[in-house]
Amino acid sequence: MSAASQLPKVFVVRSFPPEGISRLKQHCQVTVHEGEHTATRQEILDGARGMDALFIYPQVKIDKELLDAAGSQLKVIGTFSVGLDHIDIDLCKERGIKVGYTPDVLTTATAEAGVALVMATARRIQECIQAVKDGVWGTAWDNAMWLAGKEIAGSVIGIVGLGRIGLAIAKRLAAFEVSKILYTGRNPRPESADPIGAEFVTFDQLLEQSDFVIVACSANDSNKGLFDESAFKKMKRTAILVNISRGVVVDQDALYNALKSGEIGAAGLDVTTPEPLPTSSPLLTLPNCLVTPHIASCTVSTRNAMCELIVDNILAGLEGRPLKTPVC
Amino acid sequence: MSSASAPKVFVSRRVPEKAKALITSQCNAILWEKDEPPPRDEYLKIISGIDGLFCLLTDKIDAELLDAAGPNLRVVSTMSVGYDHVDVKECAKRNIAVGYTPGILTKATAELTVALLLATTRRLKEGIRAVENGEWGTWKPMWLCGQGLDGATVGVVGLGRIGYTVAQCLNPFGVARFLYTGYRRPDAEEELKAEFADLDKLYSESDFVIACCALTPETAGMFNADAFKKMKKTAVFVNSSRGGVVNQDDLFVALESGEIGAAGLDVTIPEPLPTDSPLLGLNNCVVLPHIGSATHDTREAMAVLAAQNLIAGLKGDKMPSQIDD
Repeated sequence: MSAASQLPKVFVVRSFPPEGISRLKQHCQVTVHEGEHTATRQEILDGARGMDALFIYPQVKIDKELLDAAGSQLKVIGTFSVGLDHIDIDLCKERGIKVGYTPDVLTTATAEAGVALVMATARRIQECIQAVKDGVWGTAWDNAMWLAGKEIAGSVIGIVGLGRIGLAIAKRLAAFEVSKILYTGRNPRPESADPIGAEFVTFDQLLEQSDFVIVACSANDSNKGLFDESAFKKMKRTAILVNISRGVVVDQDALYNALKSGEIGAAGLDVTTPEPLPTSSPLLTLPNCLVTPHIASCTVSTRNAMCELIVDNILAGLEGRPLKTPVC
Repeated sequence: MSSASAPKVFVSRRVPEKAKALITSQCNAILWEKDEPPPRDEYLKIISGIDGLFCLLTDKIDAELLDAAGPNLRVVSTMSVGYDHVDVKECAKRNIAVGYTPGILTKATAELTVALLLATTRRLKEGIRAVENGEWGTWKPMWLCGQGLDGATVGVVGLGRIGYTVAQCLNPFGVARFLYTGYRRPDAEEELKAEFADLDKLYSESDFVIACCALTPETAGMFNADAFKKMKKTAVFVNSSRGGVVNQDDLFVALESGEIGAAGLDVTIPEPLPTDSPLLGLNNCVVLPHIGSATHDTREAMAVLAAQNLIAGLKGDKMPSQIDD
């Protein structure tokens, strides 16, 4: 430990965009976990020790164990996400640790990815790519219904959680001339819903009526395992489920059964339990289940913007200024 | 229900029940019910003496085939909107009415074009493969980052029915600007603030270049090395029109060398694309097996319309959708 170093210490758990990190380096002593693989829990605990700030992402659980390992000098945590289910916010508040996150800047990219998943599952993109690769294309017209999918036009869209991202998804899908946009959540949101004609319904009504069920809610204790066997039973047999919220909202075993048995039509998941999803997961054996590795916010401009925002938050927290986008 | 006077038709593929029922109720129909499409020589034999033909876009309707059918043939009905497989001039010479299926497949094809654009630009193929291959554990913040539509310039080459619908669907994604070529569309300019441009401008300024033009002698091979050179290095090229508008060898070189960013193709030359095509080895190229109109609703509607065209033409009536050439 250098006695001369008075710069605050920041542990950055992964190689975030260099432009953002270089700004951090101008004001702080920065340690970055580089390397082929993401940091193990032990590496996170070791890296956090003695730090004034942490730059993390959703795979890093902020709990008593980590906060204790870091030490009482920890002032601010910046999470590269809008989701917060990996952070014990109450505990951070208790210990006076500021937490910053990335709302708004990732809304567009995430909504776009949500729609990409809706369309990829509707049109069976995974099966199509495989058919070309495997040489089963034939003449494509052996059978006029080969690889026929679902149309967005005329369909009923059901959004679970009409927050920023859910609303952005609804606005994009509305241009496809859908028949109805339904949404559910704790309370109606007329300011968001009215301009696009979205209708507030109960969860069960949404399940029963929707051709596309899109999960865009934030994850918390009340909606853990929300999509269980009974939920899938209520959905249409041709319905498609898309989850861009958190893996924990879906009971994955129940989902596997529902897809395998034809209880629902297909699923597109950008989030799973755990992440990474093991390659042995039975979901990966299903032609009607598409899994992407949590890339919904992944556009170059968005990731750069997220990084800049977290750097702003961390620097503010270290300098005792209000955070740009505080959770607490 | 058929009688000796009912017209004789050949239906060259299995089609949805509704269309089949329509045809068999009005015609003496020879139905091809096998899994494989009819081989050319068998096709030419079967059609001898027919009055009407219900065909698909993989059937080449040329002078040879029309000769094989004989002088009774007065209607060709294709279950497609593209008709580059039909020698319409030859048909006109022989007073053969040709029906097609515009309009009803617009939505399905426009949606597929958007699906393909999103899958390509957001790198879904690579993402899916990464999950299957166990590469997720090496996550980095810029890993699999794509190019978003937000703030982008989208260039539509050929703003016809499908191109316009594609643009309308993309509009709420935050597209900054639409450029287009082909025929002037005052409605698009009004609704989407689309800007009519020449090809060079469209190529050099677009982040997304979408080919929605028909295949004609003018457009054949238009997307070649020259065109790709003019495009941005980050450009995403999407083709859901016909494989023939693209010089595929040039496209491969452009993708491999980084001359353009990525490509999504629903149409290729040939179709099917052979499994050893170099395009299939590229991470930044997504190829789909010509499924533009492949939705349950649309395929059924296309088959029914093609059946209606066939029946109307055989009666000597104007078809619901006839090619006037």
